[in-house]
Amino acid sequence: MALWTLIGLAKGKATTRWPRKGGNDGQEGLLGMPRYHPDRCTPGCADCAAICPTGAIQAGDGGLAVDYGRCVVCQLCVEACPTGAMAASADWAFGVRQRNDLRWAEPAPEATPSGRSERRGFRRSLHIRHVDAGSCNGCESELQALNNPFYNLHRLGIFFTPSPRFADLLLVTGPVTAAMAAPLRATYDAMPQPRWVMAAGTCAVSGGIAAGGYACGHGLDGVLPVDVYLPGCPPNPAAIIQALLMFLDRAPQQVRGGHIGQ
Amino acid sequence: MKGTEIRDISIEDLPAAAQQLLDSLGRMQMAYACAGQDGAVELRYLGTPAAGGSFVLWRCKPTAEPPSLAAIWPLLGWYEREIMDLFGLRFRDHPEPNRLVLHANIPPPLAPANGHGAAAQPSLNGNSPRALPEMQAPDVQLLPFGPVRADVLESAEFNFFYIGEQILHYQPQLFYKHRGMEDRFQGVDATHGVILAERVSAVGSVAHALAFCHAVEAACDCTVPPRAQWLRVLLAELERLYNHLHYLGHLCNTTTLKVGEAQGKLLEERAKQINARLTGSRFLRSLLIPGGLRRDLQPKDWLSAALEALRADIAQYVRHLEASDSHLDRLLTTGVLTHQVAFEQGATGPVQRASNTDRDLRRDHPYAAYAEVPLTIPVREEGDAYARARVRIEEIDASITIMQHVLHSLPDGPVRSPCPPVPLAEGLGWAESPRGTLFYAVHFGSDGRLARVKIKSPSFSNWRAFPFTVHDTNMMDYAINEASFGLTISGCAR
Repeated sequence: MALWTLIGLAKGKATTRWPRKGGNDGQEGLLGMPRYHPDRCTPGCADCAAICPTGAIQAGDGGLAVDYGRCVVCQLCVEACPTGAMAASADWAFGVRQRNDLRWAEPAPEATPSGRSERRGFRRSLHIRHVDAGSCNGCESELQALNNPFYNLHRLGIFFTPSPRFADLLLVTGPVTAAMAAPLRATYDAMPQPRWVMAAGTCAVSGGIAAGGYACGHGLDGVLPVDVYLPGCPPNPAAIIQALLMFLDRAPQQVRGGHIGQ
Repeated sequence: MKGTEIRDISIEDLPAAAQQLLDSLGRMQMAYACAGQDGAVELRYLGTPAAGGSFVLWRCKPTAEPPSLAAIWPLLGWYEREIMDLFGLRFRDHPEPNRLVLHANIPPPLAPANGHGAAAQPSLNGNSPRALPEMQAPDVQLLPFGPVRADVLESAEFNFFYIGEQILHYQPQLFYKHRGMEDRFQGVDATHGVILAERVSAVGSVAHALAFCHAVEAACDCTVPPRAQWLRVLLAELERLYNHLHYLGHLCNTTTLKVGEAQGKLLEERAKQINARLTGSRFLRSLLIPGGLRRDLQPKDWLSAALEALRADIAQYVRHLEASDSHLDRLLTTGVLTHQVAFEQGATGPVQRASNTDRDLRRDHPYAAYAEVPLTIPVREEGDAYARARVRIEEIDASITIMQHVLHSLPDGPVRSPCPPVPLAEGLGWAESPRGTLFYAVHFGSDGRLARVKIKSPSFSNWRAFPFTVHDTNMMDYAINEASFGLTISGCAR
């Protein structure tokens, strides 16, 4: 008979110190959203826009329109770009409060100080109800990883709850399929006030690769009011934690107007 | 179609041919519909004549009501229902004539405009996929569960007819997540197609992309450089590794072995971090492309040691699991899938190998560099939850052995050769995913873009077999039994 308690104790602590200083976020080597350097663009070149599978980069009269809310991190633009204007990066902390902060803007807008928010009472204890509205299971795989010993989400006072009645935040993945629209709405309606919604993953933000067609919507916009947007395909566990802490005013929002803070 | 022998067959001869395939110990793999050269609907059936033989594809022009083959090959029941939903054909004498993938009664979305099943008409199949059998006995209760379930899980609805602890009848509805992925491929080029294939089921990203690339490479007659072939084996086995580790942790969750769950999921996290360090993606994405790989990998200096360290920790973890009576008691004799039901309903992968069937595409129809690596295919006879776990445990070790062989023998050279599209070409591709056989049938249009892509995923096959292990069992075993199958819903629903 294996003595699991002793085995567990003997293994010691596996949890990272991150997001405290010096902690390992566990994302070594990970390729994030391509970083856009408009100064490196050749006039008239739109190779990245031509290859982008989700229209995250679109060529217009005034140059390129870049929308990280539609990026599926496929890296095709990085490979297509002849000048390094779309450069590989390790940028994944893309949780934002406003959808517009995922769209490239020149210059980057200033941070607006958020006053005393109604989230204040939830800073140290947040309960999340997750709803899969048609994901590819990548987001679920990373959400499940949040409770593995490495990330150990509980230590931050953030919990998943089975019932929407106990939930403060509705975390939605997937582009919202036709058949999931009603159950999603019913789950939201069952939540007590105040309640918030997070769109996790590019599908929930904008529809991603599955958007449109006979069975799929374009994510949560127009379906539910969204308080946090986190694109990524899928967002890694550290990115999800960062977005949740940002929502609780425990970490700064790193991305504004598509620019990531240093 | 490249990758398989093609036979034209008349619709009247179809039942006799299906029966002959069954009598000659062959195997039906899948069925799908597409638009033929004349624009009308065409039916395709993929089979294997006998163990080890190459695939054969039957092609036939349906009449207004083609005969259902579900009585001969029960596994075809779902394929036929999907064709009814999407193409507007009605199969004669179908045993379960309800819609499968479409909740709303919309016009068949893939029906060609000038074929059978005019696109403007609502579906011929009026019954909702959620229709349940009528139950007369007043003591029998219905427990509907889902589609939003407890915990962080994929959406699906499960209906249990039960008395006390005893489940009398179980009916899942798995297509809440139907995204119409096959339709999303239509009109895009092959490069964009790989990005889609990687996102059909994320925990099968490599297998899906690989089967898609194989199909395109077969259709367009491209050759893949040897180094890319070997690296593809490495990627496929890394995918098997983190999937099977997740499986073991999740199985401990259902038997309430909490430390065992934590340890299993920590091992999975280590495997995913290795994936990210090697490829830049925790799901091993953004590498495969028809013709090889998008960029080279340099795994030689550190990966071998990292895998060996993981192998030792996994061995210790498995020893502890095998010494936990409370865990084993819940698995042994739970959810028995007999050899016969596994065959009839089309079970695949570790699930079928645990029910005494020795079948693995890596050996039977080798692809990439699998013909040159040492393969161990574990098979168990019992068909219970323990056998399914045991097969996966043994596959983990076999996977690491394969990867070490790849790292040792990896040839130098380029990793990509050009693979231009061939208009109107068709190809069949396959891969043994961590969950079993995966097929992609790819049809190019006259413009060199994808015209039709059919995905046969292993979870679609195994979900079909799973309910047969739930009827007449008890509620306490259900979660354990479901976890022991290791199924995904997005792979099934697409």
